[in-house]
Amino acid sequence: MTKTAERRIPARPAAHPVPAPSPAGDRGRRRLTDQLRAYGFLLGGLICFALFSWYPAIRAVVIAFQKYTPGSPPEWVGTANFSRVWHDPEFSAAWRNTLTFTLLALLVGFAIPFVLALVLNELRHAKAFFRVVVYLPVMIPPVVSALLWKWFYDPGAGLANETLRFLHLPTSNWSNGADTALISLVIVATWANMGGTVLIYLAALQSIPGELYEAAELDGANLLQRVRHVTVPQTRFVILMLMLLQIIATMQVFTEPFVITGGGPENATVTVLYLIYKYAFLYNDFGGACALSVMLLVLLGAFSALYLRFTRSEGDA
Amino acid sequence: MSGATRTLISPATLARPRGKILYWTVFTAVVLLFTLAFLFPVYWMVTGALKSPDEVARTPPTLVPEHGHLSGYTDAWDLMQLPRHLWNTVVQAAGAWAFQLVFCTAAAYALSKLKPAFGKVILGGILATLMVPAQALVVPKYLTAADLPLIHTSLLNDPLGIWLPAVANAFNLYLLKRFFDQLPRDVLEAAEIDGAGKLRVLWSVVLPMSRPVLGVVSIFALVAVWQDFLWPLMVFSDTDEQPISVALVQLSQNIQLTVLIAAMVIASIPMVALFLVFQRHIIAGISAGSTKG
Repeated sequence: MTKTAERRIPARPAAHPVPAPSPAGDRGRRRLTDQLRAYGFLLGGLICFALFSWYPAIRAVVIAFQKYTPGSPPEWVGTANFSRVWHDPEFSAAWRNTLTFTLLALLVGFAIPFVLALVLNELRHAKAFFRVVVYLPVMIPPVVSALLWKWFYDPGAGLANETLRFLHLPTSNWSNGADTALISLVIVATWANMGGTVLIYLAALQSIPGELYEAAELDGANLLQRVRHVTVPQTRFVILMLMLLQIIATMQVFTEPFVITGGGPENATVTVLYLIYKYAFLYNDFGGACALSVMLLVLLGAFSALYLRFTRSEGDA
Repeated sequence: MSGATRTLISPATLARPRGKILYWTVFTAVVLLFTLAFLFPVYWMVTGALKSPDEVARTPPTLVPEHGHLSGYTDAWDLMQLPRHLWNTVVQAAGAWAFQLVFCTAAAYALSKLKPAFGKVILGGILATLMVPAQALVVPKYLTAADLPLIHTSLLNDPLGIWLPAVANAFNLYLLKRFFDQLPRDVLEAAEIDGAGKLRVLWSVVLPMSRPVLGVVSIFALVAVWQDFLWPLMVFSDTDEQPISVALVQLSQNIQLTVLIAAMVIASIPMVALFLVFQRHIIAGISAGSTKG
């Protein structure tokens, strides 16, 4: 990769043009070997990015307008894929479920870590214990978390209903009921992922200068007022950043519905990514899958742009 | 981190008797809540695998297994071919880690220090992939892996199908590049004046100075492969090549509950162990990464 034929002369003379000891052509050649060497280092990474990031992004758009079956030449079909996907009854279900899931995950999966971090930041003992325990579920493979909760949600001997019975509360169908399936999955996703949010938010809380709280207290602000007028404004940036990242992540939810409910009952938990998977691997309809991917891309791309724009402007300030 | 920093509630309030009582009440409540919410499910899983098939289905359930049956664990090990799937996962994760370290480090070094032509454009192209959610592109990515352009080879059912896409990790590459940007220029130039080539500078100067970031990237790389599900589900249709996450789901349909739970425990052990060993670094890494913005 870095085979250099010629003996190299010490570091880059480009910075200040010393009277050339060698003819101009020689310098040009040196610049060329420098470039070749730089690209030698870049090559492996570039090929992988080209193959698995850039090319698939272009291809998603191209195949979305084609009838595509692996092995046979693709045919252009205009917007037929989009209209076919659009009229699939599962399409509206998938989008409704994904958006509901995202919204619920934001309400549950955002409010809880936020409050937990606030409380944890006040505790002066067993700090390491809390941090390790809250992050433990994140390190359990998502498939295992999903299977674990599938077992908990078992209507018979599952832990969820056993707990309700123990507390003399009415039992629930959890992931097996059309009404409760989606929220059941939100609980799993929150349980499995909130550790990261708690830790990041906790770090942000620790960067708030103590004087601000002192000043607020001297001005007679009570606990809730201090949260509202000191904590929230001081961590506004992290809150928004985490929120956008979570929206982007939960819009792509797949493992939980695939493992726990299989999209059921009655399509109550089919998500967009699950539908993409079904189009590709069950219906063998790659055009439809790519049409769906493009729609998801556009929406998520908008959120990503918002995120970037936000971090950019905040970084400048 | 020290107790001296002032937080939401003032130390004076906490020092008062009422404050003390309230503090310890909240503290106990949080300990209980965390134990119930995060540790108990894990306890339930580990002990569930020790129960007999009858006991695990019993209502009301037993809190402690009556007799410790290790047969769940041994059956899982043998019946579900866990050694094979664990080995597959290790091979996939280790290879992805090695490929990422070699290619991402080299590329980050080139972008940071070698000033390639169009370097800005390339970096922009790499960072743009951060904006494109990876999961939304799995289908065209799958089609590419199934039939690579120009050479028409398939990476399906081959660990390379995990290794090569893992290199296209903009986050890790950017992390490395940013770290290399901060390395003092004169140290690298001194090495070059001593006659060291670019590769030599990378190997003996840059990399030894980059241990912290290499550690972070390594952990991210390993965890990502071990936890991934959708991509290996697509790549490995051949049961013998599947990593543990895919195999667990595929086998979960027709296997006895206690055996499945035991397999779930075994599948979790490597990552949980990694976490417990490196918890300080991992938690510090997550916390630090956020506040820098």
